[in-house]
Amino acid sequence: MSTPEPEPRVGVVTFPGSNDDRDAALALERLGAQAIPVWHADRQLPDVRAVVLPGGFSYGDYLRAGALARFAPVMESVRALAADGGLVLGICNGFQVLCEAGLLPGALRPNQSLSFVCRDVALTVERADTPFTGRCTMGQRLSIPVKHGEGCFFADPDLIAELERSGQIVLRYEGESPNGSVAGIAGVVNADGNVMGLMPHPEHAVDALTGSTDGALLLGSLVDATRRVEAAVPAAV
Amino acid sequence: MRATVLVRPKPGILDPQGEAVLGSLQQLGFAVDDARVGRVVDLELDEGDREQTRAELERMCEQLLANPLIESYEIELVEDA
Repeated sequence: MSTPEPEPRVGVVTFPGSNDDRDAALALERLGAQAIPVWHADRQLPDVRAVVLPGGFSYGDYLRAGALARFAPVMESVRALAADGGLVLGICNGFQVLCEAGLLPGALRPNQSLSFVCRDVALTVERADTPFTGRCTMGQRLSIPVKHGEGCFFADPDLIAELERSGQIVLRYEGESPNGSVAGIAGVVNADGNVMGLMPHPEHAVDALTGSTDGALLLGSLVDATRRVEAAVPAAV
Repeated sequence: MRATVLVRPKPGILDPQGEAVLGSLQQLGFAVDDARVGRVVDLELDEGDREQTRAELERMCEQLLANPLIESYEIELVEDA
């Protein structure tokens, strides 16, 4: 008799104004993970080795998108998890929070068009060897929706060159970017490769009923990688 | 003590708000060549040492009020009469 494989545990943070936390949790559960809700005011993370910062409008996007969520009590633990080799994925507003927190390079500015964009976009996978893209292949084309008003990735030319050189650009918009991002950047990882942010919403692309299922490739990769990270560092009981 | 912090998009940074404002001003017939839109933060502060307060304001800007990667800031400190 074989024991069933344990479900990897992924924390999903809810900030005041998050609105994709439930979708992220649902998508992760469908992909075989156990999604653990995490409240922004909790100082301590539950016993997880992976965390998703979901989309939404944390703290009303006041001041700058992500600027206030960065100071939420839970963020110290998220920072510690990242420093300890845990996995952190920021989607849309979560990406903005990670940039503001300095856990990812660059910044996200209002879209060049000044319009909120909400549509499927074509992406190219530039790195298939990260914990977030393991189920993808290099150069693979993905169709995943975006929905944001401030998704224009900015970094100065030196930083862009550095990101290109170190292979930190994981996803790029195919063709014209929907928001004016420098170098068509849709998703980046940190230098250690264990923190990623992206503007498109993989959690909205996991069911053929609503269109593409390409988002499952990204979140499924995270579930696989979480399983590996948990095996490497046995969870505290 | 009161302080006014001016936060601006750095030169060279795309400012779509500024461009939209520029376009509208030109449409209204005003001779304007460029427009950049920033942010004003007015602060009421406890009375204290001026230099210390200024240093504190610098830290506020670096840590929260501006994103140094994309924004510059200017601090005006006004002592109450």
